[in-house]
Amino acid sequence: MPAPAARVVLDERDIARALTRISHEILERNRGPADLLVLGIPTRGVPLARRLAARIDEVEGTVVPSGALDVTMYRDDLRLRPARTLEHTDIPHAGVDGKTVILVDDVLFSGRTIRAALDALNNLGRPRAVRLAVLVDRGHRELPIRADFVGKNLPTSLTEEVRVSVAEVDGHDEVLIATGSVAAATGEAR
Amino acid sequence: MRRHLLSAGDLSREDAVLVLDTAEEMRSLADRPIKKLPALRGRTVVNLFFEDSTRTRISFEAAAKRLSADVINFAAKGSSVSKGESLKDTALTLQAMGADAIVVRHHSSGAPHRLASAQWTHGSVINAGDGTHEHPTQALLDAFTMRRHLGDLEGRRVTIVGDVLHSRVARSNALLLSTLGAEVTLVGPPTLLPVGVASWPVHTSYDLDSSIVKSDAVMMLRVQRERMNESFFPSAREYSRRYGLDTRRMALLPDHTLVLHPGPMNRGMEISADVADSTRSVIVEQVSNGVAVRMAVLYLLLSGSNVPIETPVGES
Repeated sequence: MPAPAARVVLDERDIARALTRISHEILERNRGPADLLVLGIPTRGVPLARRLAARIDEVEGTVVPSGALDVTMYRDDLRLRPARTLEHTDIPHAGVDGKTVILVDDVLFSGRTIRAALDALNNLGRPRAVRLAVLVDRGHRELPIRADFVGKNLPTSLTEEVRVSVAEVDGHDEVLIATGSVAAATGEAR
Repeated sequence: MRRHLLSAGDLSREDAVLVLDTAEEMRSLADRPIKKLPALRGRTVVNLFFEDSTRTRISFEAAAKRLSADVINFAAKGSSVSKGESLKDTALTLQAMGADAIVVRHHSSGAPHRLASAQWTHGSVINAGDGTHEHPTQALLDAFTMRRHLGDLEGRRVTIVGDVLHSRVARSNALLLSTLGAEVTLVGPPTLLPVGVASWPVHTSYDLDSSIVKSDAVMMLRVQRERMNESFFPSAREYSRRYGLDTRRMALLPDHTLVLHPGPMNRGMEISADVADSTRSVIVEQVSNGVAVRMAVLYLLLSGSNVPIETPVGES
């Protein structure tokens, strides 16, 4: 078995630039920061959401609320594996009603996580609109879901693994692409 | 997590903390407009109650429904049990109906264990109180309530007072709290402390005043008159004076000390009404936390695959 090769596709500065661009795109699309709510999907979507909200704040001088939305109990593969640990859900006090919710995740893959997130959001209230921002879109969708804001489109094969590290969780910012059997074994990619 | 929850002693520290952390997430559901999660959709939970209960049965029912499970309530009164049907035949009936979990309360100690080990049912068995043996979900909700107020329970002092002999709550709490690192002291008249208590991971005392002054939490137990066919103490008044928590004793407690009671209370007996209704009392909170803790238990036991999987399946 050849040693799995890992290649850096985005470094710290690439990620910073991508997030800055996405925050501008969000503002452009929304025509300002009004009624925005940025919700990250745990684990790594949450710090990314917080950074996007902070960048929007820097540009517009308006505090945009951010939070976390755990989708574990809405997953369609819940019954295929042993019980999963829940992550923290943190919805700002004002709720989601009438807001334009920006869902944030690190990697967009099958689309199943986002489907679960839409269901979870539906139980929290009725947003005016829901948009999706991802750091990496690696393709291989299994559901009719697409991202509105993408950091980087990364064509991959199914045997590859996309590994996102963010400073708040992993100590540094980086996006790696790994080939070989490790990808299938760790199951990190979604 | 294991497949059944029969005893608080079966839980490792990691398991117990996982239940409490999960319950913390479940608790936030109560503040949401739609108090429902889809995690147990299509699963069937049977509440099999051979003994009367208000809080436990209702909160298990609410917990299962909030997780979208189908709930079947079975009370021994009004069923074929009153015609003499055995636990085994009842269990086989429930198995035939496809129960994924059986929440069982039984007047005989060990009935849930028998149900789980005899292979009468493929589902998970959750002990909701068996005789004078154990009541693990009550201990979990007590620990959860204490943790919310006191933080980590490591090194915290908890005093459990009263009828320890007949109390499944006391036994489960002693086991769970010591697993979580708390220091447990059981206080009661010698006649109401069980034989063999020396082998429990606890301290014991016959004197309430000296124990409560250094407690972080005081748990009062109900005097179980229905289980007392001998005289364990001379009179209710004497018991109340020596082991009841009244205003005078409450004044001895440190400022942060919590007062708990698993309910139902005998006001004026083990706890006076003004203590039960005081600001230190978290008795009502215990009940609402009960739903969150039972949701956590049901979620962790039932949401995953029925078959334990050695290697994780390739995720898509």
